[in-house]
Amino acid sequence: MMTNDVSGSSAAAYSEQWDSIIGPQKGKFSLNLKEVWRYKDLLMLFVKKDIITVYKQTVLGPIWFLLQPIMTTVIFTFIFGGVAKIQTDDIPKGIFYMGSLTMWNYFADTLNVTSKTFSDNASVFGKVYFPRIILPISKVLSGFVKLCIQFSIFMVMWVYYTFVTHQIHPNMTLLLFPVLLLTLSLLSLGFGIIVTSLTTKYRDLAFLIGFGVQLWQYATPIIYPLSGQSPRTQFWLLLNPLTSIIEAFKYGFLGKGVFSPGWLCYSIVFTLVTLLSGIFVFNRVEKKFIDTV
Amino acid sequence: MNRDTVIKVENVSKQYRLGQVGSGTLSHDLKRWWAVTRGKEDPFLKVGVKNDRTQKVKSDYAWALKDINFHIEQGDTLGIIGKNGAGKSTLLKLLSRVTSPTLGQIKIKGRIASLLEVGTGFHPELTGRENIYLNGAILGMTKKEISSKFDEIVAFAGVELYIDTPVKRYSSGMYVRLAFGVAAHLEPEILIVDEVLAVGDAEFQKKCLGKMGDVASHGRTIIFVSHNMQAVQSLCKTTLYLKAGEVVEIGRTDKVINNYLRREVKNQMSISWNDENEAPGNDTLTLMSAEIVPKVAKESDVMTVASETDMKFRFILRKPMSLNLSLHLNTPTGLCIFNVSTASVPLGIGEHESILKIPANLLNDDIYTIRLLFVKDSSSIVYAAEELLTFEVADIPREGNWFGKWEGAVRPQLDFSLK
Repeated sequence: MMTNDVSGSSAAAYSEQWDSIIGPQKGKFSLNLKEVWRYKDLLMLFVKKDIITVYKQTVLGPIWFLLQPIMTTVIFTFIFGGVAKIQTDDIPKGIFYMGSLTMWNYFADTLNVTSKTFSDNASVFGKVYFPRIILPISKVLSGFVKLCIQFSIFMVMWVYYTFVTHQIHPNMTLLLFPVLLLTLSLLSLGFGIIVTSLTTKYRDLAFLIGFGVQLWQYATPIIYPLSGQSPRTQFWLLLNPLTSIIEAFKYGFLGKGVFSPGWLCYSIVFTLVTLLSGIFVFNRVEKKFIDTV
Repeated sequence: MNRDTVIKVENVSKQYRLGQVGSGTLSHDLKRWWAVTRGKEDPFLKVGVKNDRTQKVKSDYAWALKDINFHIEQGDTLGIIGKNGAGKSTLLKLLSRVTSPTLGQIKIKGRIASLLEVGTGFHPELTGRENIYLNGAILGMTKKEISSKFDEIVAFAGVELYIDTPVKRYSSGMYVRLAFGVAAHLEPEILIVDEVLAVGDAEFQKKCLGKMGDVASHGRTIIFVSHNMQAVQSLCKTTLYLKAGEVVEIGRTDKVINNYLRREVKNQMSISWNDENEAPGNDTLTLMSAEIVPKVAKESDVMTVASETDMKFRFILRKPMSLNLSLHLNTPTGLCIFNVSTASVPLGIGEHESILKIPANLLNDDIYTIRLLFVKDSSSIVYAAEELLTFEVADIPREGNWFGKWEGAVRPQLDFSLK
């Protein structure tokens, strides 16, 4: 039966038997991968939900995933290439914009959704427990699926320009592609969870993020090549961790770009630091955010 | 029998900030950070008032729960009762890991599933099938477990035909049934249930309670929060009574519920209004007074199971009609002990009085409330007064040496002989 129990000391002896201990969390650092693994089915279902709810009740369905980058590329080619006459390092304009935009959109979309993890899911988080990190991870994965679909258009163009018209000359740097993608994913995840953690208390950040991401796009060589800038400007732009990732991608696939292993390492280190701080603040916030949101 | 303790709550307290969150948070955060860096105690943990809604609050912080200690053994069914704001929901949130305590620890053995609402995470665009999987996974099931239960869930909810239709097209009843179906087929070691039973019709509620009873009989641990004392009584062996964030009592359910009712339900033996405009009623009828008059020797004596009692009601009728009064005697848990009715009498405009005589040795010792209906032509309700009066019937001194609760809804003295 049940009794009132005030002695806390005897519990210490049994503590290793407990499956979980809920206590006031004082910034404990753990990713708790084991628990995330236990919830892998939920993770996959979240990804599936993200993908299929996007095109429910649309006529074209998943084709929208393809139309979206094609339309932006056409608009960019017209405005920046045609009207503003921004040069693209002698690379055909279409593939230049398509490549960097596909990568950028993946980053920006992921950052946008992960940075709203807590505020968008407050009602679910307030009712049931599962490792909160599952949600931002699922957003990264569903973004990745979308990226894979969109990347196929880029690949078609790439094959055409490389093997048919021989206008671009890829090199072995493109083998770094998986590393670039991973860095990009982790960077958006890291930034996203930092922002969502801080917005639970300070809502102001939510306004800044939409604006900030737009500015960030201009600080990244998406619509212009880095090589066209003065060395001084190049240095400042390279401090942006995205710059060397995008440039390495363009260098590998399109054969033109400022590829520097040193700056790429800087981006990777930057990403890891961001991700670790992200997990740290996320862990602190997830325990109590429901009281403030 | 030495069973495993599956939940142990140790000195758990939860503090909430009152007022607007956000304004001044930064300055509080900085003060807190400064104190902690200097190795001092968090200055805001010292403040905070007891969560008593009747008192005006001076502090910015309040304790929703304060020093809660208890433990639950495997297979126990624990009910949690208390008035609104007593901290029930906060305690459930802590147990379900939705939020964490300010002080203290909760130790848990086994897998917990909490049902603070039905249909958590249901997506309107997804089909019933997709939502079953998603919702089940949110509640902690693996895909394999859901697949093995899938047919049962669909049958329980009765939505076989609509399983591949988006749930936004479901009727609200189907939606709730599907949602509860998923939840009911969870197989966690510990199940935490909030008042989800408040949804749906009576038949469905019965189905839900039955399902929970099944779960309990399979040796799993259940924690159940409810305002429905009948439900708690029938489902829980042990009950925890919370008041203003503190544990008042924990123990056998009937005993705790009784004490809860004794403390929280106020005796109101009479009520009357002098001003017609303030009295309850409507255009047709105004209730002027209601009183319970036990025939006891001295005025200070309490009403016991052996007291004869009169109930008197005075009311003003504004339209002539054929009227009868119907009285329900209920327990605060909602159980109806009896329903009596006067004959239908043609009444004119003016004040009328009605008296109900309750004989001695009819009511058991308990708390009762009265619901009074005024019925026109024996068919339509003119006015209904809910929980009009509340009164307590005390036990009489007994002979012998058994002093437990006398069982039964009523306690008549019948001719029961032994030779």
